[in-house]
Amino acid sequence: MPLADDDGMPCTGGKEGMKMSESQGFMKSLKCRECGRDYALEATHVCEFDFGPLEVSYDYERIRAVLTREAIESRQRSMWRYRELLPVAGEPTVGRQVGYTPLVKADRLARRLGIRELWIKNDAVNYPTLSFKDRVVSVALSRSVELGFKTVACASTGNLANSVAANAAAAGLDAYVFIPHDLEQGKVVNSLVYGAKVVGIRGHYDEVNRLCAEIAGKYPWAFVNVNMRPYYAEGSKSMGFEIQEQLGWRIPRHTVVCMASGSLLTKIHKSYQEFSKLGIVPATPWKIHGAQATGCNPITQAQKAGLDFFKPQKPNTIAKSLAIGTPADGFYALKVMKETGGHGEDVTDDEIREGIRLLAECEGIFAETAGGVTVGVAKKLIAHGKIPADESAVLCITGNGLKTLDAVVGHVGEPREIRPSLREFEGLLTSMTGALATA
Amino acid sequence: MNVMVDVPPSLRRLCGGEVELRASPGSVADIVEELSRRFHGLGSRLCEHDGSLRGSVLVLVNDEDIRFLESRSTTVRAGDKLSFVPAFAGG
Repeated sequence: MPLADDDGMPCTGGKEGMKMSESQGFMKSLKCRECGRDYALEATHVCEFDFGPLEVSYDYERIRAVLTREAIESRQRSMWRYRELLPVAGEPTVGRQVGYTPLVKADRLARRLGIRELWIKNDAVNYPTLSFKDRVVSVALSRSVELGFKTVACASTGNLANSVAANAAAAGLDAYVFIPHDLEQGKVVNSLVYGAKVVGIRGHYDEVNRLCAEIAGKYPWAFVNVNMRPYYAEGSKSMGFEIQEQLGWRIPRHTVVCMASGSLLTKIHKSYQEFSKLGIVPATPWKIHGAQATGCNPITQAQKAGLDFFKPQKPNTIAKSLAIGTPADGFYALKVMKETGGHGEDVTDDEIREGIRLLAECEGIFAETAGGVTVGVAKKLIAHGKIPADESAVLCITGNGLKTLDAVVGHVGEPREIRPSLREFEGLLTSMTGALATA
Repeated sequence: MNVMVDVPPSLRRLCGGEVELRASPGSVADIVEELSRRFHGLGSRLCEHDGSLRGSVLVLVNDEDIRFLESRSTTVRAGDKLSFVPAFAGG
């Protein structure tokens, strides 16, 4: 409910069966990104007046008084060390160990891509389900518990399903996850194993999400990316906070982020804005670049055409975690790229596989297909001079390659089999290296 | 026979709490105009000042996004289903 109706009269209260949290921490309200109307901090996600998405607004003056570099550094190494800028009223109750993943200086990959300095923010090893989704789920479920929900749910392309299933199990919540029926087996098993109720929908992700919007209107569940979306999305900021801290309290000149709905890109931008606004890092200029698969590129296609709106698509790519043809935050992602001077670029399925191999062979990091998209796009942007070779960039890797083995099986070679014989091994070694190796 | 219109939760208050409405067959634009006449305030929720549909709302005819069809000119026949759905997030 909006806090004030058309006639200016205040409206308060939550839906039946839900309770308003008594304390709201550093949150002020949910605010419509289109018209600016304020809403109570409930489980709701769109403005009743214009369908605009709602976003959490904070009391930055109070935050400024307590959130310092020293305070952050004194805390446990998890995403919750930035808790004043995350939307929970009290202490987090779900996923307290999530985040603070490595920021790896990627010198070998930098040489291969032809850039002076390159960093990999490696959420392929995020806890507990090996993707950045643990960040958003940790926030969404902690807030769901605060609002009194017992059942959580999501529409997912896979990684979110895994994270909701695992974190709900750890928190003792019932979980329903809705996925396209043709997801990679790794992602399906990684949801089932936690005891979540997994529902495969015979349709693509946009259709799954549409169904979930209807279910969310009928059942009193916390759908993390439907009615809990304003809180959920804020969890992505923690990836940006960590990048700035791990770089030595500075904003990277270039950041390359893969895009599905476009939300992660906008939230990393917001994290740079918040830290600089609060004086935690110097306000230096930054550019954020968006990466998509050519088989589902509504946002990058619009960016390259100079448009501020996109045409929806029907996805056809191996990067299933990015296969959203109607991206909810597409408009806002385009705006961020335009405002920061960033670019959008996309890569084919073969280029995605090449990106996965490059990252693996140069840095020992096995990313899922979305990571191949990010590396492939960074390669193109550097080659085209859109990221200058004498500058520095951070690539955001969002998920683990073990979940999308199907995409690379048959493209990374096969093991060579021999009998247990030294002579056979040395013959093989000669064929592999072109010369007989000596000890 | 009429067109069946799915009403999303965020618009139900304006539509007397109805989950589903009936409307006369016609183009999407015709039906939006009819519903706007019947339910005060509905038009401004769905449309910009110039009458175009808001970008933040998906309009589906029989579950197909009208941007893949003929946008506001898409014909909605008797027995078809018309849905208004808020844009959604990633997963």
